[in-house]
Amino acid sequence: MDFWLKDEQKMLRYNIREFAEQEIAPVAMELDEKEEFSCDLTRKMAKLGLFGIYVPAEFGGAGMDYLSYIIAVEEICRIDGSHGATVAAGNSLGIGPIYYYGSKKQKNEWLPRLCAGEILASFGLTEPNAGSDAGASKTNARLENGQWVVNGSKIFITNSTSKMAGICTVQAITGTKGQKVGPYGSIETKEVSCILVPNGTPGFTTKKMTKKMMWRSSDTGELYFDDCRVPEENLLGKRGEGFHQMLQTLDNGRLAIAAMGLGGAQGAYELAMKYAKARKQFGKPISTFQINAFKLADMATEIEAARNLLYKACYLKDQGKPFGKEAAMAKLYCSEVMGRVTNEALQIHGGYGLMKEYNIERFYRDYKLLTIGEGTSEVQRIVISRRIGCFETD
Amino acid sequence: MNIIACVKQVPDTEAQIKVKADGSGIEEGQIKWVMNPYDEFGVEEALKLKEKNGGDVTIVCVGPARAMETIRTALAMGADKGVHICDPAFDNADAFVVANALAAAIKALPHDIIFCGQRAIDDDSGQVGAMLAEALNLPQLTLVTKLEFAGSSVKVIRPIEGAQLSIETALPAVVTCQKGLNEPRYASLPGIMKAKKKPVDVKNAAAIGVATDAKARVAKTVPPPARPPGKIICGDEPAQKAAELGKLLREEAKAI
Repeated sequence: MDFWLKDEQKMLRYNIREFAEQEIAPVAMELDEKEEFSCDLTRKMAKLGLFGIYVPAEFGGAGMDYLSYIIAVEEICRIDGSHGATVAAGNSLGIGPIYYYGSKKQKNEWLPRLCAGEILASFGLTEPNAGSDAGASKTNARLENGQWVVNGSKIFITNSTSKMAGICTVQAITGTKGQKVGPYGSIETKEVSCILVPNGTPGFTTKKMTKKMMWRSSDTGELYFDDCRVPEENLLGKRGEGFHQMLQTLDNGRLAIAAMGLGGAQGAYELAMKYAKARKQFGKPISTFQINAFKLADMATEIEAARNLLYKACYLKDQGKPFGKEAAMAKLYCSEVMGRVTNEALQIHGGYGLMKEYNIERFYRDYKLLTIGEGTSEVQRIVISRRIGCFETD
Repeated sequence: MNIIACVKQVPDTEAQIKVKADGSGIEEGQIKWVMNPYDEFGVEEALKLKEKNGGDVTIVCVGPARAMETIRTALAMGADKGVHICDPAFDNADAFVVANALAAAIKALPHDIIFCGQRAIDDDSGQVGAMLAEALNLPQLTLVTKLEFAGSSVKVIRPIEGAQLSIETALPAVVTCQKGLNEPRYASLPGIMKAKKKPVDVKNAAAIGVATDAKARVAKTVPPPARPPGKIICGDEPAQKAAELGKLLREEAKAI
């Protein structure tokens, strides 16, 4: 066993920490308050190479391993969840499907622009009536005169509406495959495919979603497809592989959501520690009251366990081993650890913690997405319970 | 154009510095080491010069094995190659020894312009750049906040009390960099990966043929005296509190 990070991973962590503290921290509160997505800051993150971290240099990426990507997300989320979301969604959901399933031509066309941060890609999966039950999607695409004609709508899609949004990988039903018995009854299996739809294509419109509780300076949108036509060659991979592509994309994405939980927990813990050492009541720092000292000790312990679980899942992925179970466990655990840590970190802040000025309230809000997005905690438990064999009875 | 940037590895500005019990130096165990911030200005200026005029940037560093990280950081920012002068004999080197070691390494390299930070934030001696220029017998432009390159010469701005000097010299020359010169870039992620493959020549004192006897030695390191506690002026009447503050500033602090 070897727990040491590689030299480049250490350098990356230090660099991104500097960047996040110097460039993101001073504006995070204001952007959150105004619910503003900053193209400027996103371009700065792109210049640092934060989009396409695991994409090889030939396509304009940094050519690093997956753990490096995860450390990058962790470090940004230590300062701000919204910007971590922009990077995590940009890499896992935006760049991921095109990199893993795109043809050489599609990769050459889109990856260099995505890695340079000229544009952002989004992943159109969730629909108003299809969340955890992704199979209930209604958006469809039919082939007509060498073109896909897409109809339907998507919701809660990150990086989809800003002026940097350039392309969306849209999950659409392209036919039926027959009946199948699943754990929740007999279902008609649909042929699902992923189709690349550039923003600006006639019939494709987006609407920014506002009044969010968390991730307020990330870009979230609703997408509408109304007889939107794209060339047949915009199909990603093979026809009917969409469901499989989606599941794998979410396996990868879970690692990044876990990194957001880990980074957010680390950031909240550090805020609590700093406050507890500086705040005096009854004549001494409140960190020296055993009740608070134990809370901080529990936070540090859970964060350490979360980090080891997540890094191990990344290690498995980087070694080309199966990592789906560990990714689900890491996503479940890291997001729930952030929940416990932010809750106690805010408690330690007392009344001041309720005020925006102290930042901890932003962590407290940002946490809540993590047990819901990219597979709820409940769905993670389904994935894990399946992988450990709960449903394989005689 | 052959550009040299000299760098030193120093404790992070946010590091908690603890002096060793025997006064022989500082505890190094928990310290995060970084590139001297003034040297970052030098590396950035070197990279800007290269981007505008072509050529390559060589990083030269005197330091222990861990200083390789700092060289790699400069390479990740965009420098092309490095020379690491690494020898336990330099452990107690003073500015004179370091300047001579840098000079010996630089003499072996083609050089049109050499950048140094104006001082290192750890020992604050501010002598290496000037000594290096002497050792190389080159003009020195110190505490520079602006640099213009004009073919075979450079023109720089050096602020002084209430004015600024505009100085011009033929190249080669040594330039020491001051805050305000530029905004050092972050090493990009692709840059970090490229840096892994860039060459760094590691040399010991014998290889560069330089003496390691220091002219000066640090007799003892002691922590700064504890700061006296602040004073809070109590009372309800602002006018009364202001009067009390004025009295204390005049009589006790002797600030006015």
